[in-house]
Amino acid sequence: MWKTLRQIARTGIVTQPPPTGDGSLRLREALQADIREILGRALCIRVVDSGSCNGCELEIQALNNPVYNLEGLGIRFVASPRHADLLLVTGPVARNMDVALRRTWDAMPDPKLVLATGDCAATGGIFGETYATRGRLASVIPVDIVVPGCPPAPERILAGILAAIRASHAHPRSR
Amino acid sequence: MPLRRWSAAAAPLAGSPGTKQIVVARENWRARAQEIAAAGGRLMALWASGPAATGRPAPRTLYAAFVLPPGLLVLTMPDDLAHDEYPGIEEVFPHASRMQRALFDVSGWRSSDPDVRPWLRHAAWPADFHPLIHETAPTAAEEPRPDDYAFVRVEGEGVHEIAVGPVHAGIIEPGHFRFSVVGEKVLKLEERLGYAHKGVERRFTELPILEGHRLAARLCGDSTVTYAWAYCQALEGLAGTPIPARAAWLRALALELERAANHLGDLGALGNDAGFAFGLSQFSLLKEQLLRATHAAFGQRYLLDFVVPGGTRADLAPEGARALSDCAGHLAQQTRVLRGIYDEHAGLRDRFAGAGMVTPALAARLGLTGLVGRASGQAHDLRSDAPWAPYDELAPGKAGATEGDVAARVAVRFDELFESCRLIGRIVRDLPGGTHLAAGLPTPPEGALGIGLIEGWRGPVMIALEAGASGSIRRCHPHDPSWQNWPVLEHAIIGNIVPDFPLINKSFNLAYSGHDL
Ligand code: SF4
Repeated sequence: MWKTLRQIARTGIVTQPPPTGDGSLRLREALQADIREILGRALCIRVVDSGSCNGCELEIQALNNPVYNLEGLGIRFVASPRHADLLLVTGPVARNMDVALRRTWDAMPDPKLVLATGDCAATGGIFGETYATRGRLASVIPVDIVVPGCPPAPERILAGILAAIRASHAHPRSR
Repeated sequence: MPLRRWSAAAAPLAGSPGTKQIVVARENWRARAQEIAAAGGRLMALWASGPAATGRPAPRTLYAAFVLPPGLLVLTMPDDLAHDEYPGIEEVFPHASRMQRALFDVSGWRSSDPDVRPWLRHAAWPADFHPLIHETAPTAAEEPRPDDYAFVRVEGEGVHEIAVGPVHAGIIEPGHFRFSVVGEKVLKLEERLGYAHKGVERRFTELPILEGHRLAARLCGDSTVTYAWAYCQALEGLAGTPIPARAAWLRALALELERAANHLGDLGALGNDAGFAFGLSQFSLLKEQLLRATHAAFGQRYLLDFVVPGGTRADLAPEGARALSDCAGHLAQQTRVLRGIYDEHAGLRDRFAGAGMVTPALAARLGLTGLVGRASGQAHDLRSDAPWAPYDELAPGKAGATEGDVAARVAVRFDELFESCRLIGRIVRDLPGGTHLAAGLPTPPEGALGIGLIEGWRGPVMIALEAGASGSIRRCHPHDPSWQNWPVLEHAIIGNIVPDFPLINKSFNLAYSGHDL
């Protein structure tokens, strides 16, 4: 226990703007303010890997590390689509995932915000549209924001989340 | 005939050093596999080739690659055209079963294995479409249908089923797990995989052979360097062009960075799954620092497309070298502190020890491989058993344990992490001079087969690459060590409680995308 406490004290508070790309601190502040104002509570995200290579997942997981500290911004990954404000999808929509993806989307409450994360979800990527993949996510469900990159860096995913929240506020979709 | 006698006629294959090939007649196929097993050989991969989806028709051929020190032995069986089925070897090597089922799904060639359930094919395309032999893909006009896979049911009083996935609560890849339980105790687990199937073997045949490394780099994102190196090793072997020494060292640097990043991620997640969130925050911070040092050195956090035919995309500048060696020193020092904390933490010890046990005997029988295998007494690591350049010079130490539980898998990760940190420091210090990229790889001769074989962080990854006409790919078969290890996870969970599954599953940390092809 003593060792653990010492290690915590030594590590200190590391949440900080990343050295790459300016404006990261501003991005964090803007995101926090928008979540508070628009939602008035934590933003809940459901992630569906529709057949990614797992590269995008690694960068999404990084959002939970102490540097990006997603929880501290009022964003949580949730285990059920029924509580999700935003669906974050990776991969070129493997046809074997088609049913599971649509079911998740159907189970979400309106407005269903959708973020296509990574080149695969954006365009089908190198896998394209084949007997096994449907290609871009937008050909399967409506997409609000696209975050390109292979894989996109965590701060780009954060910026995408912010853009999705703003888009939903500016043009609420009615279904 | 004894193995020594018939295998003497094997001819060298391009690519991974020590790889040989021998043609075997259909009637000897199973006997040869048995003799290899008796000699301690292990099945690596199984695939078929031709007639290609986009090439000229050719008689089909069956391949099986075995690890038989000092190298790989590839048995090749031309179709005798008199039988519809080939002899299955699942009774000799149990993990051959899923490979044979997958082979039928993509190549339409059935084995004698009584389990004829599809493996990679769900309900998304018709059963009579085999993507590697049929040129025209079905038009997927109909509504997607759910897959009704025939799970094996466990009958008995008080037995009920729990189904999980393919979408999971956490940020992980898609797969389905069907537990049969009594109370909380697991009687049986059956896995259903293939959800991430992206048709990559067919996709390869549409790419120029000099571009295939880009797809190889995207088969399994956590092992991008491993796969790209395996592909390039096969390709460079086919082209007969060795890579510059500096390129080989830079690739090894990238491979050890990949190993370290994955081990850091796993050690944090394992702590977290055992209720120690502190471990996750500490290790995920170290991982972030490593990714940033990698970015400082090569301009990328994850090294997709860093390994290219002939060498590496980028060179290492002095500032980058400093960032990496400083980071490796820092990681080693911090990890030592954290290991002390993990070792002393009673809660962690409690959850890790004895969980998800795979004894060395079971591991040997089921062919458990890679990192997880080394935690169950399977002391194999290609980096030291069959070293390719520069590992012959680097001479890495081999980690291992025999307890075969989660604690052993944690211990092996710690040991390998320290060794990777040491190797990163050593490579940066002793990096040979010269160019990092050989110019102009010649087009490989049509029909030639090359094998790439690289020990990644998860285990050995193999790529079989067959050149087509004028710079095309006739066939490319990637093999992930998860094919060996997924079936063993079904055994490891028996007798454990359901709430321990996430921890045990994480301690294996197997690939979905890399496996699902
Ligand atoms: S965008 Fe790149 S990293 Fe993400 S899933 Fe596709 S290939 Fe992998």
